[in-house]
Amino acid sequence: MDYWRKSPKVFWSFGIPPTIWLFAFFLAPLFLVWGLSFGEKQGIIEVAITGTLENYSRAVQPLYLQIFLKSFWYAGLTTFFCLVISFPVSLAITFAPERWKPILLLLVILPFWTNLLIRTYALIAVLRTNGYLNDLLELIWLSADSGLRILGLGDWNLFGERFNRLELLYNNFAVVYGLVYVHLPFMVLPLYAALDRMDRSYIEASLDLGAGQWRTFRSVIVPLALPGIISGVIITFIPALGSYLTPDLLGGTDSQMIANVIERQFKSANDWPFGAALSFLLMYLTFFALAVKALLTRHNEKGLT
Amino acid sequence: MADQPVILQIKQVVKSFGNVHAVNGVNLNIHEGEFFALLGPSGCGKTTLLRMLAGFEFPSEGSIKIDGKETRDIPPNQRPVNMVFQSYAVFPHMTVFDNVAYGLKVAKTPRAEVRERVQDALALVKLDGYDLRKPDQLSGGQRQRVALARALVKRPRVLLLDEPLSALDAKLREAMQLELVKLQKAVGITFVIVTHDQDEALSMADRIAVMENGVVRQVAPPGELYESPNCRFVADFIGRMNLFSGITEGHEDEGLLNVKTEHLGKLTIPHFEKLSGELHLAVRPEKLRISSETLPSSHFSFPGEVDAVVYHGSESHVYLKTDAGPQLCATLTNLSRSSVRPKKGERLWIGWAPEDTLVLSE
Repeated sequence: MDYWRKSPKVFWSFGIPPTIWLFAFFLAPLFLVWGLSFGEKQGIIEVAITGTLENYSRAVQPLYLQIFLKSFWYAGLTTFFCLVISFPVSLAITFAPERWKPILLLLVILPFWTNLLIRTYALIAVLRTNGYLNDLLELIWLSADSGLRILGLGDWNLFGERFNRLELLYNNFAVVYGLVYVHLPFMVLPLYAALDRMDRSYIEASLDLGAGQWRTFRSVIVPLALPGIISGVIITFIPALGSYLTPDLLGGTDSQMIANVIERQFKSANDWPFGAALSFLLMYLTFFALAVKALLTRHNEKGLT
Repeated sequence: MADQPVILQIKQVVKSFGNVHAVNGVNLNIHEGEFFALLGPSGCGKTTLLRMLAGFEFPSEGSIKIDGKETRDIPPNQRPVNMVFQSYAVFPHMTVFDNVAYGLKVAKTPRAEVRERVQDALALVKLDGYDLRKPDQLSGGQRQRVALARALVKRPRVLLLDEPLSALDAKLREAMQLELVKLQKAVGITFVIVTHDQDEALSMADRIAVMENGVVRQVAPPGELYESPNCRFVADFIGRMNLFSGITEGHEDEGLLNVKTEHLGKLTIPHFEKLSGELHLAVRPEKLRISSETLPSSHFSFPGEVDAVVYHGSESHVYLKTDAGPQLCATLTNLSRSSVRPKKGERLWIGWAPEDTLVLSE
């Protein structure tokens, strides 16, 4: 750092290109959209920036608030399930033999190497009425049923007359399922980082003092992994909140999230100002979540100091 | 101590990690109320042995009995032993009080008793009034006291200490050595300490086991270990030592052993044990005498030239190259402020009393 301060040329030559990039392709478009959110539609493509708050007042109407609320609910559910699933996974990787760790981590990261669209279509293949999951369930049903027939109980149809394929796709379940699947690595990685960094002797000290495994988990591992848990929750929750593809492809008519509504404003509804207002509302809410995180971590750090 | 009942019985214990035998057939009996040290260079298996006592590792072979009870199937949280970790492992998210109370709360001790015992334990390690501090508001020495109080409050049968003083600075370490001994005598709990610092072991322990490559080489009280090591490794590891090899040339007389050394000629040493073949002779540097003329005839005496003088404050180490070949190290105590130390290149006589020679057959 000192060296950089002493030779500003090096500093600037490395610093300026990314700054320009950020301005041109992130901040400037963002500012344009922000401006649009205060505009009025004047024709098919003309928009006048009039400084109206009309778009925002429309965005907080119950119809849209409900969708915001549902998006939060889905994102929350996703985060919760990700946390519940990721904790044992991260613990297992942490305590796995050293030479297995890179392979296990690779397995966690592997889905990232596949396009989200392809992963989502793969999920459709698994979940649809004629999908693999239903095939598996049918197989189980058939063998259980033939088992009953062998026992002479076949006529009673204990498991129903025939196997009814489950409707697993195009509903809210499929959306949350898909979101959990997509966001799992976001939770596993920070949790693993926190757990792996933790000094093992804390766990040993807890056991040594007479605590069982569960007590050690509750009183030592979770509190010490808290910074990792908070990071994991945030970086799972925020992208889950803005999910577009998963609810679009896996959801039914009633499972659209806020991103789907925004997309529709920009495209089929051709109402850019309103779409912009919705986008910014979502962004404000995200900032709010981040602020809560910052407060929580600061509180937590204060607790540790 | 030896008349006290055995509290820890370690029998033929082997611990293998893959092909490596970290601990390779250790037998030890540790008595009630003893301050016992496991001493050895890093990688000698002492920490692995301690971790087996705590229950974090299980022996591959052999048995460990605590209070006569086989520990093979007892997990760490059910053993009557507690440990002070090298890193202290004081929980950073809990106050001093909560740290010390943790083991009692886990055992569902009534609240009032927890309060009382924690206060007593904190008083014992001189941390009264620190209850509400968080660990990062404490110094290293204080954190260690918390770890100590946290383990002692459980009233273990045996307290295990893994290199407890290694993270402290020299002055504090010496003070803590003294305090640990006092504390141990006061509470009467058996202490087993692992250390690589011979000074620490010599100054604190009632008995020391010196380990090398997973094997115990000698178990003895500090004085015996220093003055009568039983092998080259122990002689060389504990303190400083001048070592030379030789071959026995039979016994001259009852209790006198003739040894033909490689460079220093034939030496006759008082030694009662009958020996033959190759052996090693050893003399402690502080037992060597340096003189400007030849030493009295009761001493071995060799002429030589001073190679180096290393000043250590209270004493100086004089390295003298004898004309016969071997280099010898002698310790001179700087008894007065004006003590004259030999100069490099000075020609002197060096020697020692035959009875100060140690005969090591392995």
